Amino acid sequence: MSILIDKNTKVLTQGMTGNTGSFHTNQALAYFGTQMIGGTHPKRGGEMWKADNGQELPIFATVAEAKEKTGCDASVIYVPPPGAAAAIEEAIDAEIPLIVCITEGVPVLDMVRVKAKLEKSKSRLIGPNCPGLITANECKIGIMPGSIFKKGSVGVVSRSGTLTYEAVFQTTQVGLGQTSAVGIGGDPVKGTEFIDVLEMFLADDETKSIIMIGEIGGSAEEDAAQFLIDEARKGRKKPMVGFIAGRTAPKGRTMGHAGAIVSGGKGDAESKIAAMEAAGIRVSPSPARLGTTMVEVLKG
Amino acid sequence: MNIHEYQAKAVLKSFGAPVADGVPVLSLDDVQKAVDTLPGPLWVVKSQIHAGGRGKGKFVEPDAGEKGGVRLAFSKEAVFENAKQMLGHHLVTAQTGAGGKQVNRLYIEDGADIERELYLSMLVDRSTSRVAFMVSTEGGMDIEQVAHDTPEKILTLSIDPFAGVTDADTAKLNAALKLDGVAAEDGKKLFPILYKAFTEKDMSLLEVNPLIVMKDGHLRVLDAKVSFDGNALFRHPDIVALRDKTEEDEKEIEASEWDLAYIALDGTIGCMVNGAGLAMATMDIIKLYGEEPANFCDVGGGAGKEKVAAAFKIIMKDPNVKGILVNIFGGIMKCDVIAEGVIAAVKETNLAVPLVVRLEGTNVDLGKKIIAESGLNVIPADDLDDAAQKIVNAVKGA
Repeated sequence: MSILIDKNTKVLTQGMTGNTGSFHTNQALAYFGTQMIGGTHPKRGGEMWKADNGQELPIFATVAEAKEKTGCDASVIYVPPPGAAAAIEEAIDAEIPLIVCITEGVPVLDMVRVKAKLEKSKSRLIGPNCPGLITANECKIGIMPGSIFKKGSVGVVSRSGTLTYEAVFQTTQVGLGQTSAVGIGGDPVKGTEFIDVLEMFLADDETKSIIMIGEIGGSAEEDAAQFLIDEARKGRKKPMVGFIAGRTAPKGRTMGHAGAIVSGGKGDAESKIAAMEAAGIRVSPSPARLGTTMVEVLKG
Repeated sequence: MNIHEYQAKAVLKSFGAPVADGVPVLSLDDVQKAVDTLPGPLWVVKSQIHAGGRGKGKFVEPDAGEKGGVRLAFSKEAVFENAKQMLGHHLVTAQTGAGGKQVNRLYIEDGADIERELYLSMLVDRSTSRVAFMVSTEGGMDIEQVAHDTPEKILTLSIDPFAGVTDADTAKLNAALKLDGVAAEDGKKLFPILYKAFTEKDMSLLEVNPLIVMKDGHLRVLDAKVSFDGNALFRHPDIVALRDKTEEDEKEIEASEWDLAYIALDGTIGCMVNGAGLAMATMDIIKLYGEEPANFCDVGGGAGKEKVAAAFKIIMKDPNVKGILVNIFGGIMKCDVIAEGVIAAVKETNLAVPLVVRLEGTNVDLGKKIIAESGLNVIPADDLDDAAQKIVNAVKGA
């Protein structure tokens, strides 16, 4: 078991013919043979795209056509910001079950519109402005470096891409390995929140422990902490390690991620850490000790 | 991106919002035009800086007088006198820091007869993923204080992006602001106008504090603070043209030209990191080991060699930088590209401070090899803890 994706997941790439889309489609194919089934390009439908390993993948004119001909389960989006929301909407209309938008810099009001559409749809969106997700040794969607993963027992969920890599790298180094790792993205309006992923990790038998990485801004970490407290009362609980980035960030400034801003006395690191600790999460003061802290927690 | 009050009012006026007549003043010559076009008998002379709390602010220079950054003038002579006192001088407010900000622009406005002051703002509410109005009868005050002391006096109302501002929404906003008669009629027009302006111009914040009810019962936008979503500026060249670069840090301007997320801070260790989360965490870990970061710098995904070199040079421009930590965990970003960019920049800038480089992720071995074979004095680090300790020790030893 794992969450969201596994070796049977068939993945479409929207924006496959660009540099980034090409590079990462090749990387995905090289990661335990992730089933990349093709890409889309409005003007190049019918052509073939050749991978570095010699494999040829079809290019479709639309997502709907790709869905009809391949039965794909997921779509990953590398379309530049001006067209990213439209690409997500096209995937929603084609009823792709899992949509993963890697694109950084999507206007927030585009996402407000997408989110409202998503709520009435059959799709789940991860991102935007996220690194995607990996189920170790089975399937890679997005831009996470596959080489740092190891099949194992830790579930990783994070608002930050590169901190996801830290958590994965460190749990590999201490020998625990991962089931799945999900980067939910750093934007204020996004498809999937901590609670959604935590629910899946709690339900997944192979996931024995969870690392959750948050950052300043908003109240998603506090909401997740309350969710974990409520679930623990029902007897659902797994060992957890956490980290919050941005303890030293100045107030009122947006720290790279559009969502990372302390404003109006809300969203600061200390209140998030307090909420997570109240939910039984061991919050590491250092982003370099996520793996070793998990080992300590598991020893009890 | 932030703009000045007078620019914000011009934007809102173009959508039909009620604002007072006013004249922007960039030099004393413009003051004559202001007194000629505005009828009086009351003029308001307002400092235009990108910081709040102007009314309660105080000028640094004694010849600017005792009064704050927003002044009432009851004669044409008083308009001239105040403009002369304010222009070019430094205004300190709760948001500017001790040095204050130089007032290079004024806005002279027609005075209003105020009956009541209200508060209205709009933002993207993360909990509902929708644009929301926040309104309160407690106008002219610090809204954070109101939220803390009397949260029941604030109404937050999310707007359905497909339906827009409905009659039911308007009724709720009017009720929360206790508007009736002419004012309620004005509200019915104003709320959809503000929503249209917010969504069409990709604003991230619109704050009208205060929104006033005048003695004649009509509503007027008395102050306006607007910020725009930086990610949407590509479709608003008219808004980009309003940018006042004198309000921004020089290094931050250069960084934005390279599409780098850079924020100047007060410490001694320059940071170059990929990813906002890792960049914040790198700042945090430097502090954990007893030093302070000189900046936040996220070079983002997919940066090329030139961008990396540019980031490096911007970091080096800060005279407080006593050491640099490069921390890259490559996903999109390839470690060999980073390594080449760093080496090019080190050579070009004749780097004289310690440099610690920690690389991990895509093409990491190649990246490390490039650094090792460069012959340059670069301290390699294996992980984030190691990197932070090495740069802190190097800076402390220096």
